[in-house]
Amino acid sequence: MASHGIKDRVAIVGMGCTPFKEHWDKGVDDLALEASNEAFAATGITKDDVDAYWLGTAQSGMSGITLARALQLQSKPVTRVENYCATGSEALRQAAYAVASGAYDVAMAVGVEKVKDSGYQGLNAFPIPNDGTTRTLTAAGSFSMVAPAYAAKYGVPMEQLKRTLARIASKNHYNGARNPRAQFRREMSVEQICAMPNVAGDLSVFDCAGVADGSAAAIVVRAEDAHRYTDTPIFIKALSFVAGNGSGLVDPSYDYTHFPEIAATAADAYAQAGIDDPNDRIAMAEVHDCFTPTELVLMEDLGFSERGQGWKDIEAGRFDLGGELPVNPDGGLKSFGHPVGASGLRMMFEAWLQLRGEAPADRTISSISGDKNLALTHNLGGYPGEMVSFISILGATPG
Amino acid sequence: MRGIISYGAYLPHRRLDRSTIAAVAGTGGGKGFRTVSSYDEDTTTLGVEAARRALRATTARPGALWFSTVAPAYLDKTNATTVHAALQLPADVIAADFGGAVRSGIAALRAALAGGPAALVITADVRTGLPGSADETAGGDAAAAIVVGDESDGPVIAELIGAGTATDEFLDRWRTPGDNRSKQWEEKFGETKYLPLAQQALRVALGDAGIEPEGVDALVVSGLHGRANKAAAKKSGIDGAKIVDDLTGTVGNPGSAQAGLLLASALDVATPGQVIVLLSLADGADALVFRATEAIASFTPDLPVTDQVLAGAPVAYGKFLAWRGHLHPEPPRRPEPARPSASAAARSEDWKFGFVGAKDRTSGAIHLPPARVSMQGGAIDDMEPVAMADVRGTVATYTIDKLVYSPSPPVVFAIVDFDGGGRAPVELTDVEPAAVDIGDRVEMTFRKLFTADGIHNYFWKARPVPAPASDDSDDGAAAKEA
Repeated sequence: MASHGIKDRVAIVGMGCTPFKEHWDKGVDDLALEASNEAFAATGITKDDVDAYWLGTAQSGMSGITLARALQLQSKPVTRVENYCATGSEALRQAAYAVASGAYDVAMAVGVEKVKDSGYQGLNAFPIPNDGTTRTLTAAGSFSMVAPAYAAKYGVPMEQLKRTLARIASKNHYNGARNPRAQFRREMSVEQICAMPNVAGDLSVFDCAGVADGSAAAIVVRAEDAHRYTDTPIFIKALSFVAGNGSGLVDPSYDYTHFPEIAATAADAYAQAGIDDPNDRIAMAEVHDCFTPTELVLMEDLGFSERGQGWKDIEAGRFDLGGELPVNPDGGLKSFGHPVGASGLRMMFEAWLQLRGEAPADRTISSISGDKNLALTHNLGGYPGEMVSFISILGATPG
Repeated sequence: MRGIISYGAYLPHRRLDRSTIAAVAGTGGGKGFRTVSSYDEDTTTLGVEAARRALRATTARPGALWFSTVAPAYLDKTNATTVHAALQLPADVIAADFGGAVRSGIAALRAALAGGPAALVITADVRTGLPGSADETAGGDAAAAIVVGDESDGPVIAELIGAGTATDEFLDRWRTPGDNRSKQWEEKFGETKYLPLAQQALRVALGDAGIEPEGVDALVVSGLHGRANKAAAKKSGIDGAKIVDDLTGTVGNPGSAQAGLLLASALDVATPGQVIVLLSLADGADALVFRATEAIASFTPDLPVTDQVLAGAPVAYGKFLAWRGHLHPEPPRRPEPARPSASAAARSEDWKFGFVGAKDRTSGAIHLPPARVSMQGGAIDDMEPVAMADVRGTVATYTIDKLVYSPSPPVVFAIVDFDGGGRAPVELTDVEPAAVDIGDRVEMTFRKLFTADGIHNYFWKARPVPAPASDDSDDGAAAKEA
C-alpha cells in the first residue's frame, strides 16, 4: 500500500477563472458558465467533448445537477464534491484521477461558490443538527489562536509578530493590486494594516481573507493527448490530500503553532513529485492564506522555512513577488476573497498563467530557473486542530 | 436524627454597583452592590453550581432532588432533571421542581426534612425589576443547595429540633406568568399581615424545640418583604446581635434562594451545640430550628458565603440591562445559532450535561467529547467514562472573537488542557478579556450557551480559578476594577 501519485500522467489543457468579487448581478449558474466557457475556449473543445464533470461547491448547490442544469449537459456523469475550503481542489483531484484511471479521455473540474447571497459578511456554514456542544467561534477566531501560541513558543514579541502578519497581508495586497481578476486591488502598507482594530484575537479585518463570489474551471486529459489541445499544457506532478482526525482539538500534544495535516500532505506531495528539497524545485506557491497566521505557519509546514524561522523569512522578503520563492503572486485569498468551491482552482489558474508565461508583466515571477520550475498550490479547509489539506504540484514540462 | 448533612451556596461573579443606576435610569439605585447572574446563567445553572458545592463537601449522595425557583428556565419541562444530569445522579434519584412561588423553596426544604431518602434541596433565583425600580436595586441572584437526611445517610451537621408554620391568603406580591418582574401591594399592608404570622410560626417552632428565644444563637429571617423581615426579627424576642446579616447590602435579596443562602452563611460559622433558627416569610411564615452537632466541627464548606461575597467583579449597568432583556444592543451581524437537537443531546447526555469524557483503557488518552475509536492506538470501544467537570485546566492558547454571534459579545475562547490529560476547546466566562493569557488556570462551570427556539443550550464553559480569598480584605473584591 502506498501513495503512488500520477506524476506526468495527466495534464491540464484549458482553464478559466472569473473575476472574484461581489457579483450581485450573477448567480451560481452565471459564474459556472463563465469559467467553463473560458476553459472551453482555451482548448477549442465543447461541453459535449468532455466525458465527465466534477463540480466543487461547498454550499451553493446540491448534486451534479447544479452544473448539468447550468451548462445544459446532456447525459453526462456530473459529480458534486465538497471537502470544506479545499472543495475546488478536490474537484480537480477527482477529475485527474478519473482520466489517469483510463475511465475517461477528457474530464473537467468546475469550482463555484455564490457566497454573497447570504446577507451576512463572512462565510457561514449550513448548520448540521447537533447536540449544541460544538464550539462557537468564527474561522477568524479559530485561526487567530495560532498567533499567541506561535509568539509564546518561539519567543517572538507579539508586536513583532503582528508586523510580520501585516507584512504577509501587505505583500498579498501588493500582488493583488496587479491582478485584474482580484477583488481587492489596492496596496496596503504594513503601517496601515497594523493600525486596524482587532476583530478576533490579534487579527484585524486586514488579516482575514476577503469574501467574494467566483468560479474557476480546468479541463484535464491524459498527458500523451495534451498537445492535441494546447501547445503549453501543464503537467500534474502530485496531488495529495489529507483529512485530519480532529485530534488537535482533543490532544494536548498539539501546540497550535503548526498544522500536522499540511506537513503530511507536503511529505506525500513531494514524494509523488520526486522532490527532496522544495526550495530547490518550487518556483512559486499559491497557499491558503485564509488568515495571515495561516500563511506564516504554512511556510514552515510546506518546508519553505525552518520551524520558528518563517517570520524571519517573511520579513526578509523571501516570499515577495520578486523574492526567491514568490508566495501568492496572484494576491491570494487576501486579495481574491474565498468563494470556497472555486479557490483551489483559482490557485491553479495562477500556476497555469505563470508557468505558461501568461501572467501580466508587472506580476510575472522571476524565480523560475533550471530545475526550480515547479508551482505548488496548497488549499486547506477546517480549523487548526481539525483540517483537510490539499497540495498540487504542477510543471510545464514532463520529467 | 434528621437534619442538614451538607450545603453549598453560589453567588454569581458579577456585581452591580447600585450607585450607577440612577445616572442611566433617572431614578432608583442606592448604596452597595447586588449580585448579577451572567447572560449565560439562569436559575438552573445557578442551582447546578450550588449543588456541586454541596455535594463536594460530603460523601453522602441524595435519593431525591428538589429544585425550587420562581424564575424557571422551562415550564412543562422539569428543570430539576437538567440539574440531575449535570450532577450525574443516577436514574433512581427522583428530580422534580417545586415551582411558582418563593414559598415553594422553604416547602421543599420542609418536605425533605419530613423524612424519606436523603434529599438535595436546591433553591435558585434571578431577581428582576424594571429599570430604576426598587426590586431591581434590592434584588440579587443566587442559589443555595442543602443536603438533608438521616444520620444513616451521612453525618448530620445541624439537626432539626423544631418547626412551626402559619399559612394565610393575602396579596402582597404577585407576578403574572411570563412577566419579567413582580408587583407588590402597598408595603404596609403586607407588613401588618406578615408580622403576626411570623410570630406564630416562630413561637410554635421554638416551643416544638423546647428552646427559649434567649437560647437562640443565630436567627435568619428571609422573605421578599424587607420591612416585614426586619420587624419580625425585632419582635422575635431574640437578641439583635444574633440576627444573621441578610446580605442585602452586598448580595441583595435573592428571593427563593435567600433562605438557603442565609442559612448557609449561618452554618459557615456555627459551632457544635449552637441553635440556628430559620424564619421564612412567604405567603405565611415558616420557622425551622436547628441545633449544630459535633459533626459540624469537622465539616468544611466548599466555598464559604463570606468568601463569595468578597469575590466578584463589577458589571456595568448597561450590560446588566442588556443581560436582563431591558436593553437590546446591536448583535454581531452573523447568523444566530440553530437550536440544539433533542435526540443528539440525548445521545451525548453525559458529555453535554455532565462533562464526562472517555478514557482509552490502553493508551490512557482522554477523549473530550467521548469517542468510540481511540486517537492513540486505535482501540475500539475500550474506553471508560472519565468525569472532567471538577478537573482544572490550563489555557494553551486563546482568542477574543468579536465577530461571532453571542448573546453578549465578544466570545472569549480558549484551548484548555486539563490536569492529568484531556483537552477541550471551550468558551471562557466570568473573565475580563484583556486579562486572559496562555497559562491561565481555569475550572469548569455549567452554563447556557444560547437559547434558540426556546431551547436552552446548556453546556460547560471554563472560568478563571478564583484567587485564594484573603482573610483581612476590608475593601471587598466587588470594588475591584473590571
